[in-house]
Amino acid sequence: MTHAQYDTVLAHCFDGFPAEACGLLAGPFAAGAPTGEVGQVYPCRNADGSARTYTVDSKDLLAAMRDADGQGHDIIGVWHSHTHTDAYPSATDVRQAVDPAWCYVIVSLKSGEPVLRGYFIRDGLVSECAVAVG
Amino acid sequence: MAVEVRLPTLLRAHADGAATVSAEGATVGEVFADLVARYPGMAGNLVDDQGGLHKFVNVYRNDDDIRYLEQLDTKVSDGDELSILPAVAGG
Repeated sequence: MTHAQYDTVLAHCFDGFPAEACGLLAGPFAAGAPTGEVGQVYPCRNADGSARTYTVDSKDLLAAMRDADGQGHDIIGVWHSHTHTDAYPSATDVRQAVDPAWCYVIVSLKSGEPVLRGYFIRDGLVSECAVAVG
Repeated sequence: MAVEVRLPTLLRAHADGAATVSAEGATVGEVFADLVARYPGMAGNLVDDQGGLHKFVNVYRNDDDIRYLEQLDTKVSDGDELSILPAVAGG
């Protein structure tokens, strides 16, 4: 992702505090899989308004999908903040991971400096998805 | 009624990779039944065991969320676009 996209993600996470913030990532696909490039980041509303759970507001999801589609892209992942725990998928995150192709990005606001990490969640198993900012 | 149905990435494999398919029905429920008849792999992903909208799925008829209309009984018209979106959530 670009520095500007990274800044947008972090700003949205801070803005949402003390509730969890969330948003979507979109980008190009090739041969049926994301290339890894982040084309757009879409800050979304957390319909739960909770410090412990998030649900991407479905209207925001629809708008993001339509916008990404208009640019020849597709949703490639979702990001959300953990307000007081580490940047690692919780049991809830693992249970509710909808798409094995997506990168699940988590931003921890637990300590002074935000920590951003990405993961694949496939069949209940978590593996790291390296996020490069530049 | 003939409608266009936008599929989420996860269901496209059941429709030979297509992102948008055509289907027929007078209501959302009938359109889903038509989809499953055409693409049996989608069975169980759209409607739950009690015959209601699966809780991990959001469905929009054009710009309206069907949960705020008549759910699966929501009527559709020729040319409507149904968007099937996954519920994206966690904690």
